[in-house]
Amino acid sequence: MSMHGQVFVKNNQYKMRGDFHHLTPNTPIRDADNGWRLLGVTNPRDMTYIHSYGGEAVFFESLSQKKLLATRCDNRNCESEGTIHIPFRIHCPDCLARNTIIDLTDIAKKTARIHTFMVCARSGAFNVLAKPITFINIEFDGVPTILMSYLSLGEPAFGMKVVPIFKTSEPTFTILDLSWVPEGTKNNQLPEGFAF
Amino acid sequence: MITFSKQQLKIPRLQRPVYLVTAGQSKFDRAFPDKRTEELCIDAFVMAASLLDISPADLKRSIHTCYYGHFADHFGDQLLGESVIHDRLGLDPLGNVGVKTGGATGGSTIWEGVKAVASGYSDCVLVMGWERMDEVPTDEGNFLISCAADKDWESPLGHIYTGYYAVMAQRYWQIFGRSEDSFRKTLAAIAVKHHGYARFNPFAHSPMKITVDDVLNSPVVAYPLHALDCCLMSVGAACTILCDEETAFRLTKNSKNKPLRIWAAAGSHTLRPADRRHMDIPLLPHETADQYKDLGERFPGGERYPGFTGFLAARMAAYYGYGMAGITDPMEDLDVLELHDAFTISDVQTYEDIGLRPYGYGRDYVESGDCYHTNPHTGQPGRLPSNLSGGLIGCMHAVGATGIMQTLEVATHIWNRWEEIHGDEKTWKDFNREKPDDWTSLQVRGARRGMAISHAGVGSHVTATILMDPDHLMKKDA
Repeated sequence: MSMHGQVFVKNNQYKMRGDFHHLTPNTPIRDADNGWRLLGVTNPRDMTYIHSYGGEAVFFESLSQKKLLATRCDNRNCESEGTIHIPFRIHCPDCLARNTIIDLTDIAKKTARIHTFMVCARSGAFNVLAKPITFINIEFDGVPTILMSYLSLGEPAFGMKVVPIFKTSEPTFTILDLSWVPEGTKNNQLPEGFAF
Repeated sequence: MITFSKQQLKIPRLQRPVYLVTAGQSKFDRAFPDKRTEELCIDAFVMAASLLDISPADLKRSIHTCYYGHFADHFGDQLLGESVIHDRLGLDPLGNVGVKTGGATGGSTIWEGVKAVASGYSDCVLVMGWERMDEVPTDEGNFLISCAADKDWESPLGHIYTGYYAVMAQRYWQIFGRSEDSFRKTLAAIAVKHHGYARFNPFAHSPMKITVDDVLNSPVVAYPLHALDCCLMSVGAACTILCDEETAFRLTKNSKNKPLRIWAAAGSHTLRPADRRHMDIPLLPHETADQYKDLGERFPGGERYPGFTGFLAARMAAYYGYGMAGITDPMEDLDVLELHDAFTISDVQTYEDIGLRPYGYGRDYVESGDCYHTNPHTGQPGRLPSNLSGGLIGCMHAVGATGIMQTLEVATHIWNRWEEIHGDEKTWKDFNREKPDDWTSLQVRGARRGMAISHAGVGSHVTATILMDPDHLMKKDA
């Protein structure tokens, strides 16, 4: 049985094991209205990409440790000094200095509220979230940006207070490890694998 | 950036006048199982030559550089697709380059072509755009489109771009639309208008005679957006030829096409709406800061700009474009528009960004009847008709071609050739489409100036392409 492609890094080089692509034969496309003449072929392809999070890796690692990290510009010469960024930005967009990593978990737990939302009945291929998906965009006190994520429980509304939950069991190490529930949600109501 | 320097706000100036002399497009449809992309591009090029009454070979002899708009290599599964098309058009060894700015690719390609002529690098350029969106099933197509969002922070969230857009729509809907049924009907009326105008366009992918109720009863994609509020996923190609003055008058001397002056400008904003920071509203020539100082009181929640309710990139494209072309009030100075109606609600948002109405009052452009070819309230010509092609909702959204199709449509009105091009029985027959018995000419009588807005999803890139009859410029030194 084949093994899905896996990667680790040693001496700053990617080391790969398993199968990174799977061969599937192509098939002809024929015209049923015109004597089944040939019009084209299918081109199946199944590939695995190797993607580095770079300076954002710490953010994705921290989600499974129940921490929501953000960054802040601490450059005294920058007109945006003190600006907090979530989504996490490695560099300040104004002065391009490297930002300081800060823990936003407590602020999120105390002040997060829904700026806008959308309940989406459809998805693209490769979606793993249950449908309908409730997209929410979240404001935090003292933060000028508005984080996009998804609500796992409840009906969204503008201004509704929400708290973060984290996928600590079998984390995916993607943004899907962060979700939100209405303030006051109990532990036993959380989706499987998630914790406050 | 949330503040702008004087140099950043400088109005661009072309080094010499640039003219659009012709344009062409293929049929647009959901799929072309029997045609390669190059065949669609050649269809568009042959049409452009025919509108000049010269052969394709003669038109090619004038071209010096080529700009190709093709957004999604992964849709067509062909990197360097531009080189394939360039070769099939027989334009080697001329220099060529590909342009990619999402949904604004067509407009951005024109932007590049205009600068090449204005700078003196070329006297005649080909601007060609296309998209091949039928090589994957629709759900995989939605996945591929979602790859235009941030791959780590947004795309995994459902792999559905509509959702990323719709959160902005929800904010606008509740703040400026006040969640009113009447506003929901106004949105539906836009879809009715665009599918309806597409009925008179033989190139259009989705002609439909529908009602407001049909739109409201279509499946919900992401409330308040229903399926009929959303743009198409199309295949097709479009092109235009841009020239300096001497070449423009030489190429058009035996044709009905009058060389049209062209300006193109562009703006941008954060790919992730999440990163939008508050700023003052950049003002257009006919606006004042005072008119927005109490916006948050009139529309509670609407005080944050651009927030999730405005498209800064569209505002900036209009700011630069109006300055270049001498437009001081688009409702007064322009005669016809083609706007990027990716969704009915983003169409309304754009009315405000480009100054057709002040922020908060975009719906009035529809409700007043100004946006129609014929104002339904008065029976008189609409004050500033938009999307008579059917737009992205009714005509097509073959991404790399869209901004070029829009520009072609505006040009046909100024040339007074809309009726000839869209009413031609042969075109309807060649496309195997039935010309409706109630076919109506949508020619805007006396059109002198128009604009096309090309827009990338969530407003990351927007271009404004302005066309004018050279005998009706807004300022002599433009």
